[in-house]
Amino acid sequence: MHEMSIAMAVVDQVEEAAQAGGAASVGSVRLQVGELAGVVPDALSFCFGLACAGTVLEGAELVVEPVAARARCEPCADEWAVGMPPRLCCPACGEPTAELLSGRELQIVSVHWQDGPEHEHTREPIFQER
Amino acid sequence: MCREVDLQQAVLAKNDATAHSLRAGLTARGTTVVNLLSSPGSGKTELLERELGRAWARGVPVAALTADLATENDAVRLARSGAPVKQVLTDGLCHLEAGMLGRHIDDWLPDGTRILFVENVGNLVCPASYDLGETLRVVLASVTEGEDKPLKYPTAFGLAQLVVVTKTDLAQAVGFDEAAFRAHVQQVNPGVDVVLTAARRGEGVGMLLDRALAAGEGAPVHTPVMARQHPSHQHTHTHQHTHTHQDHRTHGGQHTHTHTHTGVHTHTHPDLGTHDHPHTGPHAHAHPDEPLVVTTAPASAAQHRP
Repeated sequence: MHEMSIAMAVVDQVEEAAQAGGAASVGSVRLQVGELAGVVPDALSFCFGLACAGTVLEGAELVVEPVAARARCEPCADEWAVGMPPRLCCPACGEPTAELLSGRELQIVSVHWQDGPEHEHTREPIFQER
Repeated sequence: MCREVDLQQAVLAKNDATAHSLRAGLTARGTTVVNLLSSPGSGKTELLERELGRAWARGVPVAALTADLATENDAVRLARSGAPVKQVLTDGLCHLEAGMLGRHIDDWLPDGTRILFVENVGNLVCPASYDLGETLRVVLASVTEGEDKPLKYPTAFGLAQLVVVTKTDLAQAVGFDEAAFRAHVQQVNPGVDVVLTAARRGEGVGMLLDRALAAGEGAPVHTPVMARQHPSHQHTHTHQHTHTHQDHRTHGGQHTHTHTHTGVHTHTHPDLGTHDHPHTGPHAHAHPDEPLVVTTAPASAAQHRP
């Protein structure tokens, strides 16, 4: 159960971006979770609520976009949904030539936030590389 | 004013970046890290104790860091080999992270160590997600655990660069079907080597050391399919893309886009390639007075039960 650590990493990164952007509160966080990311979305949502407590994310919604795992065999030009447990050998030639196209995502896609009052009349913030 | 901000950041980007710099730093010191993952009771400590003993006898400077939720038992066992050993008590945390490893080895790892074996917390789920800066990730399974273990824990086995079967001296008693086990490993991680060991009989002992030394010298290491997602997905472009929706009544529907790209790429997967780096050569000096160090992971809000 490492979803608490994952949730805290999400909160940490969003908090940093929200502070840099002058957000007053964060409404939602959109997260891509690949089928092979090794993360359980339900457990993550539960932990996310706890990790948000006392931060600018308090009460924020976690929107999880599941990403199906797909692989491709270049020589066979074959592409397939790997399923769970994953089948990562080419179903056509049986060779270990698979290339994973998707499924390992664990990515914060976007954040929806409400600007703080001091930012209502200021210029668009220029974000810095963290 | 509400805004939707495109962050596009890998959740584990910080751990991965820390792991990369740890790997680079250790590589420069001539140290190769081996990350050992398995479920509790699969025989990591038994095999490791013998590997350390073999290395020490051969004059290869090795060290081991072992992580558990509680007790120093493993460190006491491993220290019998003569190698420097450090016990990390995670105080409930179910896995090691790169930053934790970095802090623990900072003031402890003896200079000239060629191989650092990291015995991760006994758990096949959580440690799989965390790159520790290792050059070789080894996943172990004992014959008593059943042939379908690789299918039940596909992330752990799918990201292994070497799979070790332990306790093969018990294989007959428990009816272990080696062919089925191998087929299951190949399903989730085609091409990975599977090796058999029976540590108490000395069978297969020394193999991990040889593999680690070879990897440290730049020999090719298996790259699992799961660790080489298509390049279009493999890098995280750390940038922020802000859509600002101004108040239409006062700003006349202004819609501003700020797009800052820095071109900095954060790898989201362990560096599973080979390493070409200088080596300091074998150091045949022993550290007989090397103390057994026990450290408790700093208490943090990240503590939780597995």
